[in-house]
Amino acid sequence: MAPVTIGVSLDIHEKRYPGHSGARRVTALCNLRACVAPSEFCVITGPSGCGKTTLLNIIAGLDRNFDGALNFTPAEGGAPRIGYVFQSPRLLPWRTVRENVALVLPRNADRMELERLLTDIGVADVADAYPAQLSGGMARRAALARAFAMGPDLLLMDEPFLSLDAAAADRLRGLLLRLVSTRPATVLFVTHDLAEAVELADRILVLSPAPGRVVAEMPIAVPRERRRDLGQLAELRAELARLAGHPIGPKYSENSIFTGK
Amino acid sequence: MAWFPAPLAGRVASLLLLLAIWEAAAWLADSRLFPGPGAVLTTLADDAVHGDLLHDLGATLARVAVAFVLAMAGGTAIGITMARWRALDTLLDSGVVLLLNLPALVIAVLLYVWLGLTEAAAIGAVTLSKLPTVVVTLREGARTLDRDLADMAESFHFGVWRTWRHVTLPQLAPFFLVASRNGLALIWKIVLVVELLGRPDGIGYAIQVFFQLFDIRRLIAYALAFVAVVLAVEWGVLQPLERRLARWRR
Repeated sequence: MAPVTIGVSLDIHEKRYPGHSGARRVTALCNLRACVAPSEFCVITGPSGCGKTTLLNIIAGLDRNFDGALNFTPAEGGAPRIGYVFQSPRLLPWRTVRENVALVLPRNADRMELERLLTDIGVADVADAYPAQLSGGMARRAALARAFAMGPDLLLMDEPFLSLDAAAADRLRGLLLRLVSTRPATVLFVTHDLAEAVELADRILVLSPAPGRVVAEMPIAVPRERRRDLGQLAELRAELARLAGHPIGPKYSENSIFTGK
Repeated sequence: MAWFPAPLAGRVASLLLLLAIWEAAAWLADSRLFPGPGAVLTTLADDAVHGDLLHDLGATLARVAVAFVLAMAGGTAIGITMARWRALDTLLDSGVVLLLNLPALVIAVLLYVWLGLTEAAAIGAVTLSKLPTVVVTLREGARTLDRDLADMAESFHFGVWRTWRHVTLPQLAPFFLVASRNGLALIWKIVLVVELLGRPDGIGYAIQVFFQLFDIRRLIAYALAFVAVVLAVEWGVLQPLERRLARWRR
């Protein structure tokens, strides 16, 4: 059976967080409209606090308290299977890596398939270890394995490679692209690392500062293997920075782009 | 904190030392009211075979078991519910504080007066004495449940049962263990008083009888049998359980 991937169409009028006693109410998202095509790798970027995580939580169904519409295409076929890779790995510390991954499987799932996935993602050797015994990179691999194990139609990734050293993050990006090519899924990937955005995306959406809405959109037609070319990368990144129209953090100065190699 | 088994030899040596001191003290006192370990252990064995010791011990343990299960189950349910619903927490909080500070003796006397000298009153009194400590401990545990892991479970469609078993329960386990251990220590002490006040069997009742007869040999023998069971539960159940639950910690 060929996997059917899922598109997303979003029309959020407003998403507000109620202010707790004394705190003022915060509008996280406002008039955010976006469409993601089936099998598209869509990267969402924007300044800190612009509602990127809120957006993913809404799509994941964790946050239903918003004003607007969220639709999946094709609409038939019931609820899409969504794999979520959070900003921190969020593994259950009292379960081994294998148990953590197996927990998201349906009861009659193929155990051989699970072992193959653990091998592909490079966590087979630590499958019996508890999360506290893993390095940061390994924990993130395990979280990735869990998201892929359920055979997702849609993959939500919230800065999944944050706080890894450049080399490890680079290896994981390569792994992610390999996985998506063999196990097709629509991907919504949040990052504020422009180099990462440019390396991964079919299309980049840029959000405004809070309340977040889409202020720019940048399809990337250059094939992924040629994005490694530094000249090409700098050009794409410059265009993205121009589209963003506001500084996406001084952290992402010229040299930060080139650290990922 | 992990528990490390003391070397067996050390444990045996400390036990022997205790027995030696006891024997020496008894020999010095040379009184019917201060029997040595030899006399007590002989009585213990004799009463276990011919006397009521096993019957009384069984009756007490049955009460402990029923009260323990009732208090843990009820206290856990109430504690978690109170942590979830603020209104209920406000409503029940003063009741919990009241019960927490009401002496077990008062609870026992009141229940015996209201329900008669019945088994239900005895078990009820023990259960009610332990219940509030379980409520308070588990409420504290349920308040610290990790929101991020709950979101994770929801986004991966764990469902009620998987979430409870793999996400919630492991987070509550340390609190559950603390409540069990503290609760058991409390129950051991209260159950004897409750039996002494109004039951026709059990270790507490036997101790009252031996007190009236000044039969200190039997009194100590029965107390020792009771202590042996408590230690068996501690070493055979609680400590292995504690190690098992902590095995994922680095």
